[in-house]
Amino acid sequence: MAYTADKPKLAESSDELRTRIPGWGADLDPKDRPSVPKERFDPTLNGARWEFPERQPEKWPRERSIEHKFLTPVFGTSCPPKGLSGMIRRYSYRAYSEGRAAHWLLLLAADRVDAVESTLASFLTRHPDNPITETGVLSEFTHHGLPSRLRGKRVDRGHHLLDPVLVAAPWVLAGGAVYLALRRVAGRRRR
Amino acid sequence: MRAMVYRGPYRLRVEEKDRPAIEHPNDAIIKVTRAAICGSDLHLYHGMMPDTRVGMTFGHEFVGVVDEIGPSVRNVQPGDRVMVPFNVYCGSCFFCARGLFSNCHNVNPNATAVGGIYGYSHTCGGYDGGQAEYVRVPFADIGPSLIPEWMDDDDAVLLTDALATGYFGAQLGDIVEGDVVVVFGAGPVGLYAAKSAWLMGAGRVIVIDHLDYRLEKASSFAHAETYNFGEYDDIVVHLKKITDHLGADVVIDAVGAEADGNILQHVTAAKLKLQGGSPVALNWAIDSVRKGGTISVMGAYGPMFSAVKFGDALNKGLTLRMNQCPVKRQWPRLFEHIRNGYLKPSDIVTHRIPLEHIAEAYHIFSAKLDGCIKPLIVPNPA
Repeated sequence: MAYTADKPKLAESSDELRTRIPGWGADLDPKDRPSVPKERFDPTLNGARWEFPERQPEKWPRERSIEHKFLTPVFGTSCPPKGLSGMIRRYSYRAYSEGRAAHWLLLLAADRVDAVESTLASFLTRHPDNPITETGVLSEFTHHGLPSRLRGKRVDRGHHLLDPVLVAAPWVLAGGAVYLALRRVAGRRRR
Repeated sequence: MRAMVYRGPYRLRVEEKDRPAIEHPNDAIIKVTRAAICGSDLHLYHGMMPDTRVGMTFGHEFVGVVDEIGPSVRNVQPGDRVMVPFNVYCGSCFFCARGLFSNCHNVNPNATAVGGIYGYSHTCGGYDGGQAEYVRVPFADIGPSLIPEWMDDDDAVLLTDALATGYFGAQLGDIVEGDVVVVFGAGPVGLYAAKSAWLMGAGRVIVIDHLDYRLEKASSFAHAETYNFGEYDDIVVHLKKITDHLGADVVIDAVGAEADGNILQHVTAAKLKLQGGSPVALNWAIDSVRKGGTISVMGAYGPMFSAVKFGDALNKGLTLRMNQCPVKRQWPRLFEHIRNGYLKPSDIVTHRIPLEHIAEAYHIFSAKLDGCIKPLIVPNPA
């Protein structure tokens, strides 16, 4: 078909589609869809009985975006900041807005520090981290790991090996560091 | 109580945690009967989302039974079966009053660019999620709804995000009768978006992925024409060829931050975390939609920058529409569609896994093993 003003013809007409596909056209009118219009002003829409919600008690200095005027009245209390990662998080919230890459990069760095801190701390408990069970990697043997990965034209095969490297690298490096440190201490004692 | 707990990238376990408490007069505590793992949970699992703290419980798709209510709660009572939208929202702020529940300004101190989401990092408010025996639900008079008696938990849990988001994504495409709609991604949201496109009168629905088993589901569940982009040197050229070299009228990105198809984009985003997300599907959407067309973005991206082909979007005069889904706005119509037999959400569920085995569930879903499309988590077997 040359480049003309006509819309290319479809293989099936609307009537044929209505017959073949259950519900075809049930939301045909673009104006009669739940998210149209995008903004629909109606303060009673949600049944809220408050103009501004009662405030939830703040049990520790809750970190917040500097783009907010104040601490929101309700907030999550999942994991208060702790340790070095907590210091990085608090600094990131205090110093940088959401518009600055530094804010997000510091938070990502804090996440990595948190993982290391928490793993080390777990070795002082009766429930140390176990990379075998925590990665769920044993499901490779119970849920058709290899056949699933080899089937069809999966394009992610090219980086499948990266995941175990990313997961194992910190453990291998930490193990190597501990080994070298112990060897050095043992060497000094022998001398 | 038993709860899934994040331990660091690619690692999680089930731990004994304190049962959540009422922290605000309009809170409720829900005993979870069914939860799901969302594709976007994998971004947390892979360490892509900033401020994902060790110790957090994930899970923004869950349903359950009200166990306890705060003193100001009136609309639900202990014992009620409820479904909870993934959005935490107050119902009264500037945005909620306009129906933008996913953009609530009163629930997320950590960021103004995103509302509150259960179990989705501190960037989304720091709320623990529902992959646990119990979960705290703020504004219990606003978000939760009673599950209709005729609906089972498996269908209800899929309405809390995946189905509502796919349906919303099709709406953002502004589909009109006879439109050619391309959906990138045959995961749960993509499947529901493709199915929803027909409800809005699409004349042709095309789904693109690289996993054959998911494309088979797109064909059987969503009646879609399917193509595996791994079989084409350049999927954009193929899409142009099959749309008379004009391009599709509407393209829906249902992939998001960990898109494959370009090793540089994928590795820099998903592995090295140097971008907010790998915009491969979004860039393909920009390239394969027709000039003047519309792109709906439903795939989740992180808050950092991504290498998006914005110049082409400008030069083609595209409309880009996106948001986190305001879930509860979709429910009344979706209930009708389910009752009428147009949609059967749980048809895409492939795995039902006890909470105690959730580490395996994440691995299976993440590595796309065992034909996994949608895994449900059962914290409290009936």
